[in-house]
Amino acid sequence: METVEELKKRIANLEKQLAESLQTKNVSSRGKISAMSAEVVDSNPYSRLMALKRMGIVDNYERIREFSVAVVGVGGVGSVTAEMLTRCGIGKLILFDYDKVELANMNRLFYQPHQAGMSKVEAAERTLREINPDVEFEVYNYNITTVDNFQHFMDRIRNGGIGGAKPVDLVLSCVDNFEARMAINTCAPPLVVATNTDEKTLKREGVCAASLPTTMGVVAGFLVQNVLKYLLGFGDVSYYLGYNALQDFFPTMALKPNPQCDDRFCRTRQEEYQAREATRPKEEKSEVKKEEEIVHDENPWEIELVSETTAEELQAAEGDKPVLTKGVTVAYTKPASSPDGDNSATIQDNDLSIEELMKQMQSL
Amino acid sequence: MVDEATKKTLAQIPLLKTKAGPRDGEQWVQRLKEEYLSLIQYVKNNKDSDNDWFRLESNKEGTRWFGKCWYIHELLKYEFDVEFDIPVTYPTTAVEIALPELDGKTAKMYRGGKICLTDHFKPLWARNVPKFGIAHAMALGLGPWLAVEIPDLIARGVITHKSSENAVKS
Repeated sequence: METVEELKKRIANLEKQLAESLQTKNVSSRGKISAMSAEVVDSNPYSRLMALKRMGIVDNYERIREFSVAVVGVGGVGSVTAEMLTRCGIGKLILFDYDKVELANMNRLFYQPHQAGMSKVEAAERTLREINPDVEFEVYNYNITTVDNFQHFMDRIRNGGIGGAKPVDLVLSCVDNFEARMAINTCAPPLVVATNTDEKTLKREGVCAASLPTTMGVVAGFLVQNVLKYLLGFGDVSYYLGYNALQDFFPTMALKPNPQCDDRFCRTRQEEYQAREATRPKEEKSEVKKEEEIVHDENPWEIELVSETTAEELQAAEGDKPVLTKGVTVAYTKPASSPDGDNSATIQDNDLSIEELMKQMQSL
Repeated sequence: MVDEATKKTLAQIPLLKTKAGPRDGEQWVQRLKEEYLSLIQYVKNNKDSDNDWFRLESNKEGTRWFGKCWYIHELLKYEFDVEFDIPVTYPTTAVEIALPELDGKTAKMYRGGKICLTDHFKPLWARNVPKFGIAHAMALGLGPWLAVEIPDLIARGVITHKSSENAVKS
């Protein structure tokens, strides 16, 4: 319960906020700009961006206005990502997040203390509109993983393009939890970058989440750099770029669809692709040199190292592991699915309906 | 990673077989039946071993669950509301169990009162899709969480027993 004193403080705070917001309205930033100009004057917000054309980096920077990007999660990474895209003059941003701004977020970038209590998407939209009124915004304050919201989320992905009735150009997953990440992308298994410190030794006494503004800034920067390269067609786009802050190590690799993907539609598309690939002429494989086995000169006791598990046992326990670049591993492995031999522990179906079962549960 | 007692409890909860989420129509109805059968058995097991500690029910679609859980500490019963949604990614990802009234009272919680589980839970769940269901999430997730966090919350004076609260007032 809040005391009268606290409530008074809150009112004073709100009055101050109101006065501030009225003031900023009066000094409204700038009007909308209908076409991006390359003119080099102090008053042109796009002059430095359009200069990328003159420097021969990007062919047609104005095209950025034709793209719509969905940012899922506007926390440490997502908010900075959205700000970068806004400053770049992206056509449209669709933001999703169910969280509120808290003072505990102030160790990261973008949000400000006076926004505490506001929904993150609403606070973000206000700041971003102020920075660049040319960008179109759609914001949704909900959790995408529930059935009803997911339906709506998918509809916005399908129809959230510029002008509507066409899909967005990119979906950026900036979420902080496994459930939401899987809702956006079921295909790629969770990967971790090796840090040379055993993650199991990380102390988790009394904490669940830790973060630095630096790491988040680095990650958002790399993400948006690749978004721009992809959308505007310059440079090479990384399929995967990992970051280990302790050693400043950046593993990269190509990513392929996961043959064990849980989504059966995904596996069907993969099979179609494989069938197409199979009809194409094959490239000749170069022979792989076998590593010579090390044999010690002396071993009078004939000591050998034998693995406790055979290769087959390991395969059954860990399933097919994707081929990854050095320094990157899967967060966990899944056993290869075995034909169900022992069904003793499995549920025995009966003829009761759901309603009857619900009643039975309630009467316990 | 999982203590012997939990392992034993876990072994007695019937495993599920249908891999279906709330967007899978008839298949989900089948899964929901299995969830209920498994939960009913688990609650019965708990009662038989004198360790009855929660009740759950769902909306008719089975997408939203709610109920109560309780924890006995020094012969006093502490009861809390439990709730969670079935995410669209279920059962690939587990349910996120929440105790809303404890939101903000412990660091071992995410916003909205979702309990923060150990690093072991998610890999263990992932390795047991689709065999694990809500009953397993309760046994492996909420049960051990309550056992660690509630005594700590009581010791820190963050939660007090309802009757002693009344006693102070009167």
